[in-house]
Amino acid sequence: MRALPAGDHALLIEVGTGEEAQALHAELLRRRAAGELAVAEIVPAARTVLLDGLDAPSRLAERLASWEVPPVPPRAGDVVEIPVRYDGPDLVDVAAHWDVSEAEVARLHAAAEFRVAFCGFAPGFGYLTGLPREVPRRGTPRTAVPAGSVALAGPYTGVYPRASPGGWQLIGTTDAVLWDHARVPAALLSPGTRVRFVPVGAP
Amino acid sequence: MTDRALAVVRAGALTTVQDQGRPGHAHLGVPRSGALDAPAAALVNRLVGNAPEAAVLETTLNGCAVRPRSTVTVAVGGAPCAITVDGRPAAWGAPLRVPGGALLDIGPARSGVRSYLAVSGGVAVEPVLGSRSTDLLSGLGPAPLTDGTVLPLGPSVRAHARVDVVPHPAPPAELVLRVTLGPRDDWFTAAAVGAFTTHPYTVSTASNRIGLRTEGPALVRAVPGELPSEGMVLGAVQVPPDGRPVVFLADHPTTGGYPVIAVVHPADLPATAQAAPGTPVRFVAVRRRA
Repeated sequence: MRALPAGDHALLIEVGTGEEAQALHAELLRRRAAGELAVAEIVPAARTVLLDGLDAPSRLAERLASWEVPPVPPRAGDVVEIPVRYDGPDLVDVAAHWDVSEAEVARLHAAAEFRVAFCGFAPGFGYLTGLPREVPRRGTPRTAVPAGSVALAGPYTGVYPRASPGGWQLIGTTDAVLWDHARVPAALLSPGTRVRFVPVGAP
Repeated sequence: MTDRALAVVRAGALTTVQDQGRPGHAHLGVPRSGALDAPAAALVNRLVGNAPEAAVLETTLNGCAVRPRSTVTVAVGGAPCAITVDGRPAAWGAPLRVPGGALLDIGPARSGVRSYLAVSGGVAVEPVLGSRSTDLLSGLGPAPLTDGTVLPLGPSVRAHARVDVVPHPAPPAELVLRVTLGPRDDWFTAAAVGAFTTHPYTVSTASNRIGLRTEGPALVRAVPGELPSEGMVLGAVQVPPDGRPVVFLADHPTTGGYPVIAVVHPADLPATAQAAPGTPVRFVAVRRRA
Protein backbone atom coordinates (compact mmCIF):
# COMPACT_ATOMS: atom_id res chain seq x y z
CA MET A 1 0.00 0.00 0.00
CA ARG A 2 1.42 3.35 -1.07
CA ALA A 3 -0.07 6.73 -0.13
CA LEU A 4 0.59 9.42 -2.74
CA PRO A 5 -0.21 13.03 -1.86
CA ALA A 6 -2.58 14.78 -4.30
CA GLY A 7 -2.30 18.43 -3.32
CA ASP A 8 -2.51 19.55 0.29
CA HIS A 9 -5.87 17.98 1.14
CA ALA A 10 -6.00 14.59 -0.54
CA LEU A 11 -4.28 11.21 -0.58
CA LEU A 12 -4.30 8.74 -3.43
CA ILE A 13 -3.82 5.32 -1.87
CA GLU A 14 -2.46 2.79 -4.32
CA VAL A 15 -2.63 -0.96 -3.83
CA GLY A 16 -1.60 -3.93 -5.96
CA THR A 17 -4.89 -5.30 -7.25
CA GLY A 18 -8.54 -4.44 -7.84
CA GLU A 19 -9.55 -6.81 -5.00
CA GLU A 20 -7.26 -4.96 -2.59
CA ALA A 21 -8.74 -1.65 -3.72
CA GLN A 22 -12.26 -2.94 -3.03
CA ALA A 23 -11.21 -4.23 0.38
CA LEU A 24 -9.50 -0.94 1.24
CA HIS A 25 -12.59 0.97 0.10
CA ALA A 26 -14.80 -1.14 2.38
CA GLU A 27 -12.40 -0.59 5.30
CA LEU A 28 -12.32 3.18 4.71
CA LEU A 29 -16.13 3.32 4.66
CA ARG A 30 -16.21 1.31 7.89
CA ARG A 31 -13.72 3.64 9.59
CA ARG A 32 -15.58 6.73 8.40
CA ALA A 33 -18.87 5.33 9.71
CA ALA A 34 -17.14 4.58 13.04
CA GLY A 35 -15.97 8.17 13.29
CA GLU A 36 -12.27 7.26 12.94
CA LEU A 37 -11.81 9.06 9.63
CA ALA A 38 -12.88 12.60 8.67
CA VAL A 39 -12.91 12.92 4.90
CA ALA A 40 -15.20 14.61 2.36
CA GLU A 41 -14.94 12.13 -0.52
CA ILE A 42 -13.90 8.48 -0.73
CA VAL A 43 -13.45 7.64 -4.41
CA PRO A 44 -12.46 4.08 -5.27
CA ALA A 45 -11.00 3.25 -8.69
CA ALA A 46 -9.16 0.44 -10.45
CA ARG A 47 -6.11 0.13 -8.14
CA THR A 48 -6.54 3.13 -5.89
CA VAL A 49 -8.82 4.86 -3.41
CA LEU A 50 -8.78 8.66 -3.35
CA LEU A 51 -9.41 10.40 -0.03
CA ASP A 52 -10.30 14.02 -0.76
CA GLY A 53 -10.96 16.70 1.83
CA LEU A 54 -8.48 15.65 4.53
CA ASP A 55 -7.14 18.01 7.19
CA ALA A 56 -3.77 16.32 7.56
CA PRO A 57 -3.01 13.88 4.72
CA SER A 58 0.56 13.21 5.86
CA ARG A 59 -0.58 12.15 9.36
CA LEU A 60 -3.14 9.79 7.86
CA ALA A 61 -0.50 8.41 5.48
CA GLU A 62 1.61 7.46 8.50
CA ARG A 63 -1.33 5.81 10.28
CA LEU A 64 -2.31 3.83 7.16
CA ALA A 65 0.90 1.83 7.24
CA SER A 66 -0.24 -0.01 10.38
CA TRP A 67 -3.79 -0.76 9.23
CA GLU A 68 -5.07 -4.30 8.90
CA VAL A 69 -7.37 -4.38 5.86
CA PRO A 70 -9.57 -7.48 5.84
CA PRO A 71 -10.63 -8.91 2.46
CA VAL A 72 -14.17 -8.14 1.29
CA PRO A 73 -16.52 -10.95 2.40
CA PRO A 74 -17.79 -12.66 -0.78
CA ARG A 75 -21.49 -12.45 0.13
CA ALA A 76 -21.70 -9.04 1.78
CA GLY A 77 -24.81 -7.02 0.97
CA ASP A 78 -27.85 -7.50 -1.27
CA VAL A 79 -27.64 -8.41 -4.94
CA VAL A 80 -29.08 -6.01 -7.52
CA GLU A 81 -30.55 -7.96 -10.43
CA ILE A 82 -30.48 -6.31 -13.84
CA PRO A 83 -32.67 -7.83 -16.58
CA VAL A 84 -30.86 -8.03 -19.93
CA ARG A 85 -31.79 -8.85 -23.51
CA TYR A 86 -28.58 -10.20 -25.02
CA ASP A 87 -29.06 -8.47 -28.37
CA GLY A 88 -26.01 -6.16 -28.60
CA PRO A 89 -24.31 -5.40 -31.93
CA ASP A 90 -20.90 -6.54 -30.63
CA LEU A 91 -21.95 -10.03 -29.44
CA VAL A 92 -20.39 -11.48 -32.59
CA ASP A 93 -17.05 -9.78 -31.96
CA VAL A 94 -16.95 -10.76 -28.28
CA ALA A 95 -17.84 -14.35 -29.20
CA ALA A 96 -14.95 -14.34 -31.70
CA HIS A 97 -12.53 -12.95 -29.06
CA TRP A 98 -13.51 -15.62 -26.58
CA ASP A 99 -13.78 -18.32 -29.26
CA VAL A 100 -17.27 -19.30 -28.11
CA SER A 101 -20.81 -18.93 -29.52
CA GLU A 102 -22.86 -15.78 -29.00
CA ALA A 103 -25.24 -17.76 -26.77
CA GLU A 104 -22.24 -18.79 -24.65
CA VAL A 105 -21.20 -15.13 -24.22
CA ALA A 106 -24.67 -14.43 -22.85
CA ARG A 107 -24.53 -17.52 -20.65
CA LEU A 108 -21.13 -16.62 -19.19
CA HIS A 109 -22.21 -13.03 -18.52
CA ALA A 110 -25.45 -14.09 -16.86
CA ALA A 111 -23.75 -16.81 -14.80
CA ALA A 112 -21.18 -14.52 -13.18
CA GLU A 113 -21.62 -12.50 -10.01
CA PHE A 114 -20.26 -9.00 -10.31
CA ARG A 115 -19.32 -6.29 -7.86
CA VAL A 116 -19.24 -2.55 -8.56
CA ALA A 117 -15.54 -1.76 -8.22
CA PHE A 118 -15.98 1.95 -8.83
CA CYS A 119 -18.03 4.55 -10.70
CA GLY A 120 -16.99 7.21 -13.15
CA PHE A 121 -17.38 8.35 -16.77
CA ALA A 122 -20.98 9.46 -16.09
CA PRO A 123 -23.24 9.66 -13.02
CA GLY A 124 -24.32 6.12 -12.18
CA PHE A 125 -21.88 4.37 -14.53
CA GLY A 126 -20.35 1.49 -12.59
CA TYR A 127 -17.25 -0.50 -13.49
CA LEU A 128 -18.23 -4.04 -12.51
CA THR A 129 -15.62 -6.74 -11.89
CA GLY A 130 -16.24 -10.48 -12.01
CA LEU A 131 -16.06 -11.11 -15.75
CA PRO A 132 -14.60 -14.59 -16.39
CA ARG A 133 -12.56 -13.33 -19.39
CA GLU A 134 -11.36 -9.98 -20.66
CA VAL A 135 -12.19 -8.31 -23.94
CA PRO A 136 -10.52 -5.30 -25.64
CA ARG A 137 -12.32 -2.02 -26.25
CA ARG A 138 -13.62 -1.38 -29.74
CA GLY A 139 -10.96 -0.05 -32.08
CA THR A 140 -13.17 2.91 -32.95
CA PRO A 141 -15.50 4.24 -30.26
CA ARG A 142 -19.13 4.82 -31.18
CA THR A 143 -20.27 8.45 -31.23
CA ALA A 144 -23.61 7.38 -29.73
CA VAL A 145 -24.32 4.45 -27.43
CA PRO A 146 -27.98 4.13 -26.36
CA ALA A 147 -28.97 4.36 -22.69
CA GLY A 148 -29.33 0.93 -21.13
CA SER A 149 -26.62 -0.67 -23.26
CA VAL A 150 -24.90 -3.51 -21.40
CA ALA A 151 -21.25 -3.51 -22.36
CA LEU A 152 -17.81 -5.02 -21.80
CA ALA A 153 -14.27 -3.57 -21.87
CA GLY A 154 -11.07 -4.96 -20.39
CA PRO A 155 -11.91 -6.76 -17.13
CA TYR A 156 -15.15 -4.78 -16.68
CA THR A 157 -18.81 -4.92 -17.54
CA GLY A 158 -21.11 -1.93 -17.18
CA VAL A 159 -24.38 -0.34 -18.23
CA TYR A 160 -24.58 3.05 -19.95
CA PRO A 161 -26.91 5.16 -17.73
CA ARG A 162 -27.73 7.50 -20.62
CA ALA A 163 -26.94 7.93 -24.30
CA SER A 164 -23.32 8.95 -24.76
CA PRO A 165 -20.27 8.25 -26.91
CA GLY A 166 -18.48 5.06 -25.90
CA GLY A 167 -15.88 2.51 -26.85
CA TRP A 168 -17.10 -0.56 -24.97
CA GLN A 169 -18.37 -3.74 -26.66
CA LEU A 170 -22.18 -3.77 -26.56
CA ILE A 171 -23.65 -7.18 -25.78
CA GLY A 172 -27.16 -6.38 -24.59
CA THR A 173 -29.83 -3.97 -23.46
CA THR A 174 -31.65 -3.37 -20.18
CA ASP A 175 -34.73 -1.38 -19.21
CA ALA A 176 -33.32 -0.88 -15.69
CA VAL A 177 -32.91 2.81 -14.80
CA LEU A 178 -29.30 3.18 -13.72
CA TRP A 179 -29.55 6.84 -12.77
CA ASP A 180 -32.54 8.99 -11.76
CA HIS A 181 -31.64 12.10 -9.83
CA ALA A 182 -35.19 12.37 -8.51
CA ARG A 183 -34.91 8.90 -6.97
CA VAL A 184 -33.30 8.14 -3.60
CA PRO A 185 -30.70 6.82 -4.08
CA ALA A 186 -30.17 8.32 -7.52
CA ALA A 187 -27.68 5.63 -8.55
CA LEU A 188 -28.85 2.01 -8.87
CA LEU A 189 -25.21 0.92 -8.58
CA SER A 190 -22.66 2.32 -6.15
CA PRO A 191 -19.19 1.03 -5.26
CA GLY A 192 -19.40 -2.30 -3.45
CA THR A 193 -22.85 -3.28 -4.80
CA ARG A 194 -23.20 -6.94 -5.88
CA VAL A 195 -24.84 -7.37 -9.29
CA ARG A 196 -26.28 -10.20 -11.39
CA PHE A 197 -27.55 -9.96 -14.94
CA VAL A 198 -30.75 -11.91 -15.59
CA PRO A 199 -31.51 -12.88 -19.20
CA VAL A 200 -34.98 -11.92 -20.47
CA GLY A 201 -36.64 -12.65 -23.84
CA ALA A 202 -35.06 -14.32 -26.83
CA PRO A 203 -31.40 -13.54 -27.52
CA MET B 1 -45.64 31.64 -12.58
CA THR B 2 -45.37 34.24 -9.86
CA ASP B 3 -43.80 37.62 -10.47
CA ARG B 4 -40.69 36.39 -8.61
CA ALA B 5 -39.04 35.45 -11.89
CA LEU B 6 -36.38 36.48 -14.34
CA ALA B 7 -36.92 36.29 -18.11
CA VAL B 8 -33.78 35.71 -20.18
CA VAL B 9 -33.78 38.10 -23.14
CA ARG B 10 -30.23 37.44 -24.38
CA ALA B 11 -28.60 34.28 -23.09
CA GLY B 12 -25.13 35.14 -24.37
CA ALA B 13 -22.42 32.68 -25.43
CA LEU B 14 -22.81 30.45 -22.37
CA THR B 15 -24.72 31.47 -19.28
CA THR B 16 -25.38 28.92 -16.57
CA VAL B 17 -26.95 28.77 -13.13
CA GLN B 18 -24.29 28.17 -10.47
CA ASP B 19 -24.08 27.85 -6.70
CA GLN B 20 -21.55 26.12 -4.45
CA GLY B 21 -21.97 22.87 -6.36
CA ARG B 22 -22.68 19.30 -5.29
CA PRO B 23 -19.55 17.91 -3.62
CA GLY B 24 -19.79 14.54 -1.89
CA HIS B 25 -20.96 12.43 -4.84
CA ALA B 26 -17.66 11.84 -6.64
CA HIS B 27 -17.85 8.11 -5.83
CA LEU B 28 -20.97 7.93 -8.03
CA GLY B 29 -19.27 9.71 -10.92
CA VAL B 30 -20.91 13.07 -10.14
CA PRO B 31 -18.68 16.14 -10.63
CA ARG B 32 -18.74 18.82 -7.94
CA SER B 33 -19.65 21.65 -10.36
CA GLY B 34 -20.38 25.13 -8.88
CA ALA B 35 -19.27 28.68 -9.74
CA LEU B 36 -15.74 28.69 -11.19
CA ASP B 37 -14.92 32.04 -9.60
CA ALA B 38 -16.43 31.15 -6.24
CA PRO B 39 -15.26 34.31 -4.42
CA ALA B 40 -16.91 36.50 -7.08
CA ALA B 41 -20.16 34.56 -6.76
CA ALA B 42 -20.02 34.86 -2.96
CA LEU B 43 -19.39 38.60 -3.19
CA VAL B 44 -22.34 39.39 -5.47
CA ASN B 45 -24.58 37.28 -3.24
CA ARG B 46 -23.43 39.30 -0.23
CA LEU B 47 -24.05 42.57 -2.07
CA VAL B 48 -27.73 41.71 -2.64
CA GLY B 49 -28.25 40.21 0.84
CA ASN B 50 -28.39 36.58 -0.30
CA ALA B 51 -27.02 33.62 1.64
CA PRO B 52 -23.68 32.36 0.28
CA GLU B 53 -25.35 29.24 -1.13
CA ALA B 54 -27.87 31.18 -3.30
CA ALA B 55 -27.68 30.42 -7.03
CA VAL B 56 -26.34 33.10 -9.38
CA LEU B 57 -25.82 33.37 -13.13
CA GLU B 58 -22.35 32.80 -14.57
CA THR B 59 -21.80 34.38 -18.00
CA THR B 60 -19.02 33.66 -20.49
CA LEU B 61 -17.25 36.45 -22.40
CA ASN B 62 -20.25 38.35 -23.76
CA GLY B 63 -22.63 38.70 -20.80
CA CYS B 64 -26.40 38.32 -20.99
CA ALA B 65 -29.62 40.34 -20.66
CA VAL B 66 -32.52 39.60 -18.34
CA ARG B 67 -35.85 41.18 -17.43
CA PRO B 68 -37.11 40.68 -13.85
CA ARG B 69 -40.90 40.52 -13.52
CA SER B 70 -40.87 42.42 -10.26
CA THR B 71 -38.47 44.91 -8.70
CA VAL B 72 -35.29 43.22 -7.51
CA THR B 73 -31.86 44.09 -6.17
CA VAL B 74 -29.01 42.78 -8.31
CA ALA B 75 -25.23 42.92 -8.32
CA VAL B 76 -22.77 42.04 -11.05
CA GLY B 77 -19.17 41.05 -10.32
CA GLY B 78 -16.39 38.80 -11.55
CA ALA B 79 -15.26 39.93 -14.99
CA PRO B 80 -15.64 43.74 -15.27
CA CYS B 81 -18.22 44.80 -17.86
CA ALA B 82 -20.63 47.57 -18.84
CA ILE B 83 -24.10 47.35 -17.29
CA THR B 84 -27.25 49.10 -18.41
CA VAL B 85 -30.79 49.19 -17.05
CA ASP B 86 -33.26 50.08 -19.82
CA GLY B 87 -30.29 51.51 -21.71
CA ARG B 88 -29.01 53.72 -18.88
CA PRO B 89 -25.52 52.95 -17.54
CA ALA B 90 -25.45 51.41 -14.08
CA ALA B 91 -22.79 50.45 -11.55
CA TRP B 92 -20.73 47.23 -11.74
CA GLY B 93 -19.78 45.58 -8.46
CA ALA B 94 -22.45 47.29 -6.36
CA PRO B 95 -26.06 46.63 -5.34
CA LEU B 96 -28.47 47.93 -7.95
CA ARG B 97 -32.26 48.25 -7.94
CA VAL B 98 -33.88 47.03 -11.15
CA PRO B 99 -37.60 47.84 -11.51
CA GLY B 100 -39.99 45.06 -12.59
CA GLY B 101 -40.13 44.89 -16.39
CA ALA B 102 -36.87 46.79 -16.91
CA LEU B 103 -34.11 45.31 -19.08
CA LEU B 104 -30.83 44.57 -17.30
CA ASP B 105 -28.02 44.16 -19.81
CA ILE B 106 -24.65 42.74 -18.76
CA GLY B 107 -22.15 43.64 -21.45
CA PRO B 108 -19.13 41.76 -22.79
CA ALA B 109 -16.26 41.21 -20.35
CA ARG B 110 -13.78 44.11 -20.59
CA SER B 111 -11.21 41.79 -19.12
CA GLY B 112 -11.52 38.33 -17.65
CA VAL B 113 -14.07 35.79 -18.86
CA ARG B 114 -16.96 35.21 -16.46
CA SER B 115 -19.28 37.79 -14.91
CA TYR B 116 -21.62 36.85 -12.07
CA LEU B 117 -25.16 38.16 -11.60
CA ALA B 118 -26.81 37.79 -8.22
CA VAL B 119 -30.50 38.61 -7.86
CA SER B 120 -32.14 39.13 -4.48
CA GLY B 121 -33.77 35.84 -3.48
CA GLY B 122 -31.45 33.82 -5.68
CA VAL B 123 -32.26 31.77 -8.77
CA ALA B 124 -34.65 29.13 -7.44
CA VAL B 125 -34.65 26.35 -10.04
CA GLU B 126 -35.21 22.85 -8.65
CA PRO B 127 -32.01 21.54 -6.98
CA VAL B 128 -30.44 18.26 -8.13
CA LEU B 129 -28.55 16.39 -5.40
CA GLY B 130 -28.68 19.52 -3.27
CA SER B 131 -27.37 21.95 -5.89
CA ARG B 132 -28.79 24.16 -8.62
CA SER B 133 -25.53 24.23 -10.58
CA THR B 134 -25.38 23.38 -14.25
CA ASP B 135 -22.81 20.64 -14.76
CA LEU B 136 -21.62 20.71 -18.35
CA LEU B 137 -19.79 17.37 -18.14
CA SER B 138 -22.60 15.17 -16.89
CA GLY B 139 -25.63 17.29 -17.79
CA LEU B 140 -26.96 17.52 -14.22
CA GLY B 141 -28.79 20.67 -13.16
CA PRO B 142 -30.57 23.17 -15.39
CA ALA B 143 -29.57 23.39 -19.06
CA PRO B 144 -27.48 26.40 -20.09
CA LEU B 145 -29.78 29.39 -20.55
CA THR B 146 -31.42 30.09 -23.90
CA ASP B 147 -33.25 33.20 -25.03
CA GLY B 148 -36.74 33.09 -23.52
CA THR B 149 -35.84 30.93 -20.50
CA VAL B 150 -37.78 32.04 -17.41
CA LEU B 151 -36.03 31.44 -14.10
CA PRO B 152 -37.93 31.41 -10.80
CA LEU B 153 -36.52 33.55 -7.99
CA GLY B 154 -36.58 32.76 -4.29
CA PRO B 155 -38.11 35.07 -1.70
CA SER B 156 -35.97 38.06 -0.85
CA VAL B 157 -35.20 37.81 2.84
CA ARG B 158 -32.56 40.30 3.85
CA ALA B 159 -31.70 43.88 3.12
CA HIS B 160 -28.82 44.23 0.71
CA ALA B 161 -25.38 45.26 1.88
CA ARG B 162 -25.01 48.97 2.59
CA VAL B 163 -21.75 49.51 0.79
CA ASP B 164 -20.75 51.70 -2.11
CA VAL B 165 -17.53 50.07 -3.25
CA VAL B 166 -16.04 46.68 -2.48
CA PRO B 167 -12.67 45.35 -3.62
CA HIS B 168 -12.79 42.93 -6.55
CA PRO B 169 -9.61 41.19 -7.67
CA ALA B 170 -8.70 42.19 -11.22
CA PRO B 171 -8.62 39.42 -13.84
CA PRO B 172 -5.08 38.08 -14.13
CA ALA B 173 -2.71 39.48 -16.77
CA GLU B 174 -0.58 36.44 -16.00
CA LEU B 175 -1.81 33.33 -14.26
CA VAL B 176 0.63 32.15 -11.61
CA LEU B 177 -0.49 28.78 -10.29
CA ARG B 178 1.22 27.30 -7.26
CA VAL B 179 1.38 23.53 -7.60
CA THR B 180 2.44 20.62 -5.45
CA LEU B 181 3.95 17.85 -7.55
CA GLY B 182 2.28 14.46 -7.64
CA PRO B 183 0.61 12.08 -7.36
CA ARG B 184 2.06 10.94 -10.73
CA ASP B 185 5.03 13.23 -11.34
CA ASP B 186 7.17 10.08 -11.44
CA TRP B 187 5.40 9.15 -14.70
CA PHE B 188 7.31 12.00 -16.39
CA THR B 189 10.97 12.52 -17.19
CA ALA B 190 12.94 14.82 -14.89
CA ALA B 191 13.34 17.15 -17.87
CA ALA B 192 9.55 17.25 -18.35
CA VAL B 193 8.94 18.05 -14.67
CA GLY B 194 11.57 20.80 -14.97
CA ALA B 195 9.95 22.20 -18.13
CA PHE B 196 6.50 22.14 -16.52
CA THR B 197 7.62 24.35 -13.64
CA THR B 198 9.91 26.71 -15.57
CA HIS B 199 8.55 27.20 -19.09
CA PRO B 200 5.62 29.54 -19.67
CA TYR B 201 2.36 28.14 -21.01
CA THR B 202 -0.63 30.03 -22.38
CA VAL B 203 -4.36 29.48 -21.85
CA SER B 204 -5.85 27.58 -24.80
CA THR B 205 -9.12 28.54 -26.53
CA ALA B 206 -10.28 24.97 -25.82
CA SER B 207 -10.61 25.78 -22.09
CA ASN B 208 -14.02 25.39 -20.47
CA ARG B 209 -15.69 24.66 -17.11
CA ILE B 210 -14.22 21.15 -17.19
CA GLY B 211 -10.61 22.17 -17.58
CA LEU B 212 -8.21 24.99 -18.25
CA ARG B 213 -6.29 23.74 -21.27
CA THR B 214 -2.86 25.08 -22.01
CA GLU B 215 -0.45 25.43 -24.90
CA GLY B 216 3.28 25.11 -24.42
CA PRO B 217 6.02 22.50 -24.19
CA ALA B 218 4.71 18.93 -24.46
CA LEU B 219 5.59 16.97 -21.32
CA VAL B 220 7.43 13.74 -22.08
CA ARG B 221 6.47 10.62 -20.18
CA ALA B 222 9.00 8.40 -18.45
CA VAL B 223 6.40 5.64 -18.06
CA PRO B 224 4.59 4.63 -21.24
CA GLY B 225 1.22 2.93 -21.38
CA GLU B 226 -2.09 3.43 -19.67
CA LEU B 227 -2.71 4.38 -16.08
CA PRO B 228 -5.65 2.46 -14.59
CA SER B 229 -8.50 4.91 -13.89
CA GLU B 230 -8.04 6.74 -10.60
CA GLY B 231 -9.83 9.46 -8.62
CA MET B 232 -9.19 13.07 -9.62
CA VAL B 233 -9.17 16.11 -7.34
CA LEU B 234 -10.18 19.68 -8.17
CA GLY B 235 -7.10 21.46 -9.51
CA ALA B 236 -5.43 18.25 -10.71
CA VAL B 237 -3.06 18.97 -13.60
CA GLN B 238 -3.69 16.06 -15.91
CA VAL B 239 -1.46 15.43 -18.89
CA PRO B 240 -3.24 13.81 -21.86
CA PRO B 241 -1.33 12.10 -24.70
CA ASP B 242 -0.60 15.42 -26.46
CA GLY B 243 1.56 16.37 -23.44
CA ARG B 244 -0.16 19.72 -22.73
CA PRO B 245 -1.25 20.16 -19.09
CA VAL B 246 -4.97 20.52 -18.35
CA VAL B 247 -6.03 22.00 -14.98
CA PHE B 248 -9.22 20.29 -13.80
CA LEU B 249 -11.95 22.79 -12.88
CA ALA B 250 -15.39 22.41 -11.25
CA ASP B 251 -17.03 20.17 -13.90
CA HIS B 252 -14.03 17.80 -14.11
CA PRO B 253 -14.52 14.03 -14.42
CA THR B 254 -14.30 12.25 -11.07
CA THR B 255 -11.94 9.57 -12.37
CA GLY B 256 -9.41 9.62 -15.18
CA GLY B 257 -6.75 7.54 -16.85
CA TYR B 258 -4.09 10.12 -17.68
CA PRO B 259 -1.36 10.87 -15.13
CA VAL B 260 -1.66 13.90 -12.85
CA ILE B 261 1.72 15.61 -12.64
CA ALA B 262 0.71 18.10 -9.94
CA VAL B 263 -2.21 19.72 -8.12
CA VAL B 264 -2.94 23.47 -8.15
CA HIS B 265 -3.28 25.24 -4.79
CA PRO B 266 -7.05 25.75 -4.18
CA ALA B 267 -6.58 29.49 -3.51
CA ASP B 268 -5.21 29.94 -7.04
CA LEU B 269 -8.13 28.29 -8.82
CA PRO B 270 -10.64 31.21 -8.90
CA ALA B 271 -8.23 33.21 -11.09
CA THR B 272 -8.33 30.42 -13.70
CA ALA B 273 -12.02 31.29 -14.23
CA GLN B 274 -10.99 34.74 -15.42
CA ALA B 275 -7.96 33.81 -17.55
CA ALA B 276 -8.86 34.53 -21.17
CA PRO B 277 -7.34 32.46 -24.00
CA GLY B 278 -3.78 33.62 -24.63
CA THR B 279 -3.13 34.56 -21.00
CA PRO B 280 0.37 33.42 -19.94
CA VAL B 281 0.40 30.66 -17.30
CA ARG B 282 3.27 29.77 -15.00
CA PHE B 283 3.21 26.69 -12.82
CA VAL B 284 5.29 27.28 -9.70
CA ALA B 285 6.25 24.26 -7.62
CA VAL B 286 5.83 24.74 -3.88
CA ARG B 287 6.75 22.39 -1.11
CA ARG B 288 4.05 20.16 0.16
CA ARG B 289 2.53 21.25 3.44
CA ALA B 290 4.05 19.17 6.21
